[in-house]
Amino acid sequence: MALRTIASRKTLAALGSGLRAQARLATAAAGAYSRGLVTFSLPDLPYDYGALEPAISAEIMQLHHQKHHQTYVTNYNKAVEQLVDAMAKGDAPAVAKLQSAIKFNGGGHINHSLFWQNLTPIHEGGGEPPKGLLGWAIDTDFGSLEALVQKMNAEGAALQGSGWVWLGLDKDFKKLVVETTANQDPLVTKGANLVPLIGIDVWEHAYYLQYKNVKPDYLKNIWKVINWKYASELYEKECP
Amino acid sequence: MGSFSLHASCLAKPKLPWSNDCFQNLNSLKLPALQRRPKFHSRKASKVLAFYGLKSPPYKLDALEPYMSKRLLETHWGEHHHGYVEGLNKQLEKSDILYGHTLDELVKVTYNNGNPLPEFNNAAQVWNHDFFWESMQPGGGGMPELGLLQQIEKDFGSFTNFKEKFIEAALSLFGSGWVWLVLKRREKRLEVVKTSNAVNPIVWDDIPLISLDVWEHAYYQDYKNDRGKYVNAFMNHLVSWHVATARIIHAEAFVNLGEPNIPVA
Repeated sequence: MALRTIASRKTLAALGSGLRAQARLATAAAGAYSRGLVTFSLPDLPYDYGALEPAISAEIMQLHHQKHHQTYVTNYNKAVEQLVDAMAKGDAPAVAKLQSAIKFNGGGHINHSLFWQNLTPIHEGGGEPPKGLLGWAIDTDFGSLEALVQKMNAEGAALQGSGWVWLGLDKDFKKLVVETTANQDPLVTKGANLVPLIGIDVWEHAYYLQYKNVKPDYLKNIWKVINWKYASELYEKECP
Repeated sequence: MGSFSLHASCLAKPKLPWSNDCFQNLNSLKLPALQRRPKFHSRKASKVLAFYGLKSPPYKLDALEPYMSKRLLETHWGEHHHGYVEGLNKQLEKSDILYGHTLDELVKVTYNNGNPLPEFNNAAQVWNHDFFWESMQPGGGGMPELGLLQQIEKDFGSFTNFKEKFIEAALSLFGSGWVWLVLKRREKRLEVVKTSNAVNPIVWDDIPLISLDVWEHAYYQDYKNDRGKYVNAFMNHLVSWHVATARIIHAEAFVNLGEPNIPVA
């Protein structure tokens, strides 16, 4: 019994740290550690709910953070707890059944944790074009920042249903890529070598109250509050 | 009767109760040259377009208050549903082969057995929304009666069990999609089915009886993120069991739900 607990603690610590590495956040996101289980908590926003106006309204930011992201965190913790129980009991069907909830809620937590860092108020540098290595890489891989923005907006607008549009870095080829994922699938589901730099949430809840069904307007405006400094940091960590 | 060359914009206006099917048949009439009369308006070539119209819900937009607000319906029907119709017509303008289908046929053809064509999303969403408006009524909710209730009790155990299953499906659907009460044609039984994005049960040749839109745009303006409250409002106050009954009666012409009554000599 004791051995099994240790084993599950190790596996889960690895799982937890692996996920944390992907989320790339030295935040208070990973919280309690009890019963051999790493549980997660809602990370704070580095700015006020109203700080991203008029690109994204305070109402949306509050709902998005306090309701949607919180739900992902809560349900992820619940799913992981159930997973540990199922694994301990050797209940393979239950383990298999929980995978989709873990992928969905865990992905939701990872994606949104990155998303809050991808945004910043205009007075703190939101929308300022990237300089240095990332700016150079964008020019090399896409021609210009405008071309990149246009491509991401086109892919975001064309995405049917719910999902995310990403600017990612292919670690192996040292190239920037634009990708989309469905629902809450993290970018890594499109390739283990892909590192997300910027993710844009194109679920309807991310823009509906302000832009209704005019997704292209949301995509046009969000670039005014994109935090290129953070994206550059992520990039330079992988490609020094 | 001359050939029609109506502008798509006239018919895409909301509130005109044109029937999609009726329109298709008119457009595919080909008459001999003698009977063509000179057109009164445009001298442009009368390119016959296959296109579809926006069906209005069978009730006023404020009729579902307070469970579904007028404001939400104006956006959902007037912008989203309308957008799908316009998008579909635009796509069909450029298509040479997708011509002369009823909407049902078009959905199945563009589904292409699981490898959907680009027109599928718009076609299916037009169909889905037409179906969804008709699945609701002011003063809806409650319980079905007679045959439909019996069938539900047969296939789910009890109406309460069905309701729980339906609500659970709506709450556990990840992302965008629809929840359906469907009559499975081959299994000859009712089931609750979840589909993603634009997919619907007619692509598998099944017969849906009611549907619930759980795309966020279907409830966000009224319920924000509280999908549970929306689903309960639908089940208790909006779902039209009258329409569901009419649909299953129609379905019974094609699916034999009872035991065959074979006379013994």
